[in-house]
Amino acid sequence: MSTALKKEHKLERPPRGGMSTLVEAIRQGIWEEMERDPTVFCIGEDVGAYGGAFKVTDGLIDRFGKERVIDTPISEAAIVGAACGAGLMGMKPVAEFQFIDFISCGFDLLTNYAAKCRYRWGANIPAVFRGPCGSGVRSGPFHSLNAESFFLNTAGLKIVEPATAYDAKGLIKAAIRDPDPVLYFEHKKLYRLPRLREELPEDDYIVEIGKARTAREGRDVSIITFGAQVLTALDAAEELEKEGLDVEVIDLRTLAPLDKEAILASVKKTSRVMILHEASLTGGIGGEISAIISQEAFEWLDAPVVRLASIDTPVPYSPPLEDYYLPQVKDVLDAARKLASY
Amino acid sequence: MANEKPKNEKRKGNARRRRPAFQMRISTKYAPRKVADGQPLSCIKNTSLTPDQMLDLFRYLKLTRLVEERIVNLYRQTKVVGGVFRSLGQEATAVGSAYALRSDDFITPIIRDLGSVFVKGIRPRQIFAQYMAKAWGPSGGKDLNVHFGELDKGFLGPISHLGDMIPVMTGILLAARMQQKNIVGLAYIGDGGASTGAFFEGVNFAAVQKLPLITIAEYNRYAYSTPTNLQTAVRNLAEKAAAFGIPGYIVDGNDVIACYEVTRQAVDYARSGRGAVLIEAKTYRRKGHAEHDDQRYVPEGEIEWWEKHNDPIDRFEKFLLDEKVATKERLDQIAADVMHEIDEDCEWAESSPMPEAEVAAHGVFDNSIVPPAFRPKILEN
Repeated sequence: MSTALKKEHKLERPPRGGMSTLVEAIRQGIWEEMERDPTVFCIGEDVGAYGGAFKVTDGLIDRFGKERVIDTPISEAAIVGAACGAGLMGMKPVAEFQFIDFISCGFDLLTNYAAKCRYRWGANIPAVFRGPCGSGVRSGPFHSLNAESFFLNTAGLKIVEPATAYDAKGLIKAAIRDPDPVLYFEHKKLYRLPRLREELPEDDYIVEIGKARTAREGRDVSIITFGAQVLTALDAAEELEKEGLDVEVIDLRTLAPLDKEAILASVKKTSRVMILHEASLTGGIGGEISAIISQEAFEWLDAPVVRLASIDTPVPYSPPLEDYYLPQVKDVLDAARKLASY
Repeated sequence: MANEKPKNEKRKGNARRRRPAFQMRISTKYAPRKVADGQPLSCIKNTSLTPDQMLDLFRYLKLTRLVEERIVNLYRQTKVVGGVFRSLGQEATAVGSAYALRSDDFITPIIRDLGSVFVKGIRPRQIFAQYMAKAWGPSGGKDLNVHFGELDKGFLGPISHLGDMIPVMTGILLAARMQQKNIVGLAYIGDGGASTGAFFEGVNFAAVQKLPLITIAEYNRYAYSTPTNLQTAVRNLAEKAAAFGIPGYIVDGNDVIACYEVTRQAVDYARSGRGAVLIEAKTYRRKGHAEHDDQRYVPEGEIEWWEKHNDPIDRFEKFLLDEKVATKERLDQIAADVMHEIDEDCEWAESSPMPEAEVAAHGVFDNSIVPPAFRPKILEN
């Protein structure tokens, strides 16, 4: 019988707040916004009955119906285009890329249509484009991408990437309410990481787009990072503390527009800076942040700005290869020690 | 258990769920007709249009052609910033099809559909100001020609990337359905643009969702310099409808009445909830891609043949006179009125200032949230 294939349990409405993983926090955020605002809807591949490849939209179709949780063909241009059109009509689409790697198939409409409408003729597109990014999960060259630097040179797209469950919920809600297009990157390694489970507040809250967060206060060296690398930085900071090195970790949270104020404040505090990110080094966001620092806080520096990133290759599949590709805690330790003794 | 049922019963059960057998549904009722050599072409006679509506169509055709001619004049006086794109010879497709819509329906034209933009209520002055990159243009000097929109008029301007507007229009219609608005969307594309992936993704998604998307594919024989046989292996663009499981129509794109009638039929089909439609309009691009294009790739005599034997405005004028819808004097009067409007609007647009330079910094985002992108001061502190 076909009913035997149906889901054994229908997922109930998520609780307001409570202990949450990062993926549950995003789901809570979308759910609450869809309840609050009838113009919010979800669109993407397998987001309906299946609940999305990573179950971010699980249960939404049962609660909100297939009119507001729309399964699409494998057509990223159609997903982005339809989200843009609906946005122009005053709707607030939350469009999913099954993996952020497939954002390349919607690149044209994102960069040429979504990003430029307000500037060209004053029509804003209040859409969210979200999906799982990130490497370190043995998924190979096509399911491991960090795509932020593809979009940093396009004016008109905001980019956010949370590193905690609290921020994940606050940022998805802020992104949905934002009047402009927002790319919302979710590091898939963090989705169900037990370490990130935390108690979320019951009340409605947002995390303001454009504001970084100090993940750890310190006086000696600043590590500017975001996403899953925040954990790498925090792990390294703990090791370094034993050596008497007081490391500050800045979690950018928003990659565009960058929180220059927070970056420069930390630089002026420690005078030694490392930028840590997961995308390849060349052309990565680290270069941009480094340039901002050298142009605007040159005289505050006691050492050259250090960039630590993945090597300039596609993301390899086999564990020893991927571990070599990615920056590891050990790399951060080495770099921080050199920075401190420069 | 299902597999224990008698075989014939099971087959019956499946048959109910099966989709109807495939049929290529292409209507050629309004396709171009051959006429005896030497006989000048007119328009189809079977129409629901009133005489007043026909004169309205005539006015839009004249307006389109004369506005474009004025823009060429401005271009030669170096008052136009950038290129000029003409729809000479294919005005009937845009005007006739857009005229079949309600005011709350949407269009998204391509660069050769200026006529549809006027039918949707955009004024010539806006187009002149756009072409001269003036402050009073609807994009305030930030974008070119018809690259803007007026959503309350159902006008959604295109971008240069062909095909992209089809999924965007699909989204407009998806939203309209959620908002319980019973509107249809008309998206134009060319024989070149119909080769893009976005065209396929957009029409396919609309077809799957049974959205009221009417796509008009204008077969005007050239995409920049590339002839249609290097663009697609189908003989008729309407055959592409089969790939989406939607009906296709072929229409004589130079017969404004046929274009109106075929679109009206498609609008009825789409608005009644039956889904998307693909219309192919057979026409001919008499000018180059843009004003600079010398058309060296066009066989000798081809353009002249179309000009002499298949001009959409000549054909409609002949129809109006033959059918005694209007006298020559009346038509001349309409043309004179159009010219007067163009003079007035052109003067208005020329009197507009150029935009203030710092306007460039504004409007990437909502500037109450993200400040304008002013040119940064270098090494100030």
